[in-house]
Amino acid sequence: MTIIDLFSILPVLVLVVWALFLLLADLWASRKLPGLTPILAVVGLVCSLVVSIVQVGKPQSSFGGMIHVDGFSVFLNILFAITGIAAVALAYESFKNLKIQRGEYYVLLLFSLSGMMLMGAAGDLIVIFLALELLSIPLYIMAGMDFNRLESKEASLKYLLLGTFASAIVLFGTAFIYGAAQTTNLYEIALAVSLAEINWTLFIIGAALLVVGFGFKVAAVPFHTWTPDVYHGAPSSVTAFMAVGAKAAGFAALIRVFSLDFTILSENLTAVFWALAVLTMIVGNFTALAQKNLKRMLAYSSIAHAGYILMAFVAFGNEAVRVDSIASALFYLAAYAATSIGAWAVLIAVEREDASRNEIEHLAGLGKAAPLLAAAMTVFMLSFTGIPVTLGFWGKFYLFRTAIQGGNIILAVIGLLTSLVSAYYYLRVVVKMYFQEGDVKVNQKGWSLVVAVVAALIVLGLAFIPELLYKFAASSLIIG
Amino acid sequence: MNSGMNPLLLVTFFPLVGVLLILLYKKTWKSAIRWTALIISLVTFGLSLWMLSMFDPADPNIQMEINLPWFNLGGNQIGFHLGVDGISILMVLLTGFLTPIALLSTWKAVEDRLAGFMAFFLMLETGMMGVFLSLDMALFYIFWEFTLIPMYFLIGLWGSKRRVYAAIKFVLYTMAGSLLMLAGILWVGLQYGGFDLTKMDASLIPQSAQLWLFAAFGLAFAIKVPMWPLHSWLPDAHTEAPTAGSVILAGVLLKMGAYGFLRFNLPLFPEATLKLVPWMAALSVIGIIYGAMVAFRQKDVKRLVAYSSISHLGFVVLGIFALNQQGIEGAILQMVNHGLSTGALFLIVGLIYERRHTRELEEFGGLWKVMPVLGGLSLVVMLSSLGLPGLNGFVGEFSILLGAFNSDFLASPWFAGVATIGVILAAVYLLHMFQKVFLGPVTKEENLKLKDLSLREILTLAPILVVIFWIGLYPKPFFLLMSPAVEKLTAVFQTLALAAH
Repeated sequence: MTIIDLFSILPVLVLVVWALFLLLADLWASRKLPGLTPILAVVGLVCSLVVSIVQVGKPQSSFGGMIHVDGFSVFLNILFAITGIAAVALAYESFKNLKIQRGEYYVLLLFSLSGMMLMGAAGDLIVIFLALELLSIPLYIMAGMDFNRLESKEASLKYLLLGTFASAIVLFGTAFIYGAAQTTNLYEIALAVSLAEINWTLFIIGAALLVVGFGFKVAAVPFHTWTPDVYHGAPSSVTAFMAVGAKAAGFAALIRVFSLDFTILSENLTAVFWALAVLTMIVGNFTALAQKNLKRMLAYSSIAHAGYILMAFVAFGNEAVRVDSIASALFYLAAYAATSIGAWAVLIAVEREDASRNEIEHLAGLGKAAPLLAAAMTVFMLSFTGIPVTLGFWGKFYLFRTAIQGGNIILAVIGLLTSLVSAYYYLRVVVKMYFQEGDVKVNQKGWSLVVAVVAALIVLGLAFIPELLYKFAASSLIIG
Repeated sequence: MNSGMNPLLLVTFFPLVGVLLILLYKKTWKSAIRWTALIISLVTFGLSLWMLSMFDPADPNIQMEINLPWFNLGGNQIGFHLGVDGISILMVLLTGFLTPIALLSTWKAVEDRLAGFMAFFLMLETGMMGVFLSLDMALFYIFWEFTLIPMYFLIGLWGSKRRVYAAIKFVLYTMAGSLLMLAGILWVGLQYGGFDLTKMDASLIPQSAQLWLFAAFGLAFAIKVPMWPLHSWLPDAHTEAPTAGSVILAGVLLKMGAYGFLRFNLPLFPEATLKLVPWMAALSVIGIIYGAMVAFRQKDVKRLVAYSSISHLGFVVLGIFALNQQGIEGAILQMVNHGLSTGALFLIVGLIYERRHTRELEEFGGLWKVMPVLGGLSLVVMLSSLGLPGLNGFVGEFSILLGAFNSDFLASPWFAGVATIGVILAAVYLLHMFQKVFLGPVTKEENLKLKDLSLREILTLAPILVVIFWIGLYPKPFFLLMSPAVEKLTAVFQTLALAAH
C-alpha cells in the first residue's frame, strides 16, 4: 500500500474517518449543541466532494487493480456527495418534525455513502461485495430510525431480510465466478474469458446470480417487491436517500461488472436485460398508476425509472453503442437524482409530525398555500414524465436515442408508451396541487424548501445547458 | 443576417419578457398585468410584421436563418436553428395576430389568478412561434411538447365544469402521438447524423423506412389536426377551455398538426406520402362529413363550433394531400381562414356566455333584436366560416377543392366530390346555429336584458373581420407569399410521378 493507493480512495477515506470522528463528537454535541452533528456531517461531505473534484481527469488503478479511479467513479462520487448533502438537510428537518433527532443517523449516512463511493470504484468482485455490505447495513438501520412507528420497524426488517438475501446471492455469484476463473479481479476474469481459460457453465451461473443480486439493489422487476413497503415505511428523508443513492450504487455495480468487463456475456444476457427492462417499465408504471399514497407512487415510479436506465443497458455489449450506453445511464441517473430528491423534499415539507398526510390527495391546494413548493413539484413531475424543458427530458432523449442506436427500436417504443402512462399519474399530482382546493399546511421555512428550490433550479437550468452534464458523463469512460 | 438582432429570435422570445414582468408584479396590480400582456403581444405582432417586411416572397428557400450550436450529443448536433419560409410565415403572422385578440377578449372574463393566466398565455405564444420557426427536429420537438404545459394549465385552471378531465385528455392524446414522433426523430437523427432539417435529404431514406417514419410523424400530426378517428380529445378540450384558450387552440394549435405534415411528412418521406395519399385523403373526407354531421346534432354552441373544426380541418388535410400547387396553397390559406373564422366564432360564443352563463342552443333565440351589433358581426363570421364568396372561407375551400379535383395523385375526383357535400353541410349546421341563437322571437325572458357589445368587445372582433374581407376580396398577396415555397415542395412529387411513368 502506497500513498498513491491512499490518494485513490481518498473520498471514501475522508468519509469513513470523518464518520468515526463524528461518532465521538456527537457524544459531546448531542447534549450541548444538537444541531452540530449534521453541520459537521455536511463539512465532511464537502471535503469528500472537493477531493472527488480534484480527482477529475486523473485516472488510475490502485491496490493491485482492486480500485479503479476513473471518470466513471469520479462522476458517481460527486453525485453521491451531493446526494448526501441534500439527504442531511432533509433528514435534519424531517427528524426534527418526527422528534427522532439523533446524531448517529448522520454517522450511518456517511458510512453508507462511503460504501456507495467504493462501489463506483470497485475493480474486484470482493470489493463490490464489501461495498455492497458497507452501503446496505447502515441503510437497514436508517430505515428503522423512526422505531416508534410500526411501519418503520417493518420497513427495516423487510429491507434487512431481503437485502441480506440479495447480498448472499451476490456472494454466491462471486464464488461461482471465482470457481470458473480462479480470480475475483474483474479485469483478470475478462482476460481469462477472452482466452477461453474458464469453466463457461460456472461463469454463466455466477454472472446470472450477480444480475439477480444487483437487480434487487436497483429494484428491477421481478426483484422489486421490497421497494414499496420499505420506501413507504421508512422515514421520508431516508427513503429519499435510498431511492437515489442505493439505486445509483446498484447501477454502478451493474455497469462496472457488465458494461466494462463482462461485455463478452452480452450475447447471453441481452435478452435477459431486455426482458428485465420491459417488465420493470411496465410493472413500475402501471402499478404507480393505481397508487393513492404519494410515497408509494414515488416508490413505484422509482422502479419504473430503473427500467428506463436498464433500457440503455441492453446494448452494453455493442462496441459502437457502449460509450453512449454508459454515458446515458449516468446522465439519466443524475437527472433522476436531482428530480427525485426534489420530489421527496416537497413530500417532506407537506408531511405532518406523525408521518401522516402523505396521500396524493393531501397535496390539494398546495398551489395556493405554497406557490414556490408547488411550482417546484410541477417541475419535478414534468421532469419525471420527460417533458421539455427539464433535465428529465434530456435524460429520456438520450436513453431512447441509445436504445434506438443499439437497434432496440421495439424496446424504445415500449419505453415511450409506458412514459405516456406515467404522464397520467405525474399529472395527477399537478391536478391535485392546482386544480383542487384543500387545507394543506406546509413548513415553508425549513430545509426541505431550500432543497426543493435548488433541485428545481438544477433540473430547469441544466436543461438549457445539457452539454455540461453530458460532457462530464461521456468523459467518464476514460478507463485508467 | 448578422446585422443587429434576428427578427425570428425576437418574435419567438419576446413574449417571455412579458412573462418575466408579470411574475415580478404584485398579484393585485390587475390592470398593469393586463396591459403588459396586451402590449407585449402587440409588440410581438409588430415584430412579426417587421419580419414580414424583411421577407422576400420570391425566394422559395428558408430566410432569416439563424443557426447556433446548442448541444452536441454523441456526434449529433442539436442546433438552435430557426428560419422562416413561405409555408411558415403565414402561421407566424396568424399566431402574432390572434394572441393579442385572445388576450383582449379575456379583459373581464378572467379575474382569478390573473397573473398566472397571462404568463401561461405568453409562454404559449413563445411555444407556438418556436414550433413554426424551428428547423431542427429536436428543437421542434421541444417547442411542440412545451406548448402542452401552458395549454394544460389554461384548460385545467380557467376552464369550465369538466376542465380537469379535458386538460388531461388533451395532454395524453397529444403525448401519445408525439412520443412516437420522438422515436422517429431519434431514428432519423441517428441514421443521418443530425437533426437539422435543412441538411436532410429525402432520397437517403429508404422506402421501407419511409412508411414507418411517415406513420410515426403522421400520427402525432393527425392527432393534433385532428383527423378522424383521432379527434375525440378536441370537442372536450375546446368546450372546456376558457374563451381565449379555445381561440388559440382552434386558431393556432391545430395548425401545428397540418403544418407538421407540410414541414416533415411531405418533404422528408415523399415516396411514403405518394403511397398513402388515398388513405389520408379518405380519412380527411370522412372527417369533413363526420364533423359536419355531428356538429349539426350538438345542443351546446361551443361544442358545435368545436366539431365544425374537425370538418374544416378535414379540408385542410385534403388540400395538403392533393399534393399540387392549388391544393397546398388552398390548405395553407384555409389554415389561416379557419384560425380567423373559428377563432371569431369562439369569441362570439364567449361573449354570449359571459352574458348568459349558458351555451345551450335552447336557451337562446332572437338575440339579434337584443344585440344587433353582435348579430351583424356574427352573421359575417358565420358566412365566412361556411364559405360565402367574397369572404375568406370561400377562397381557401375553392382552391382546395379545385386542387383535389385536378390532383394527379388523388387520381379520383370522388374525394373532392364528397368533400363538396361538406360545404353544403357546413351551411346547414351553421345556419341552423345562427337561426337558433339570433333569429326568431325572443323566447326567454333573461335574454331581453342582455347588453350589446362594448367598444372593447367590438375592437376584439373588428380586426378579424377586416382580414376576413381582405382575404375574401383580394387574396393575392397571401398567395404570393407562399407560392414559391409551395412550388418547391410540390416539385418533388412531380419528379417522382414522372419517374414512375
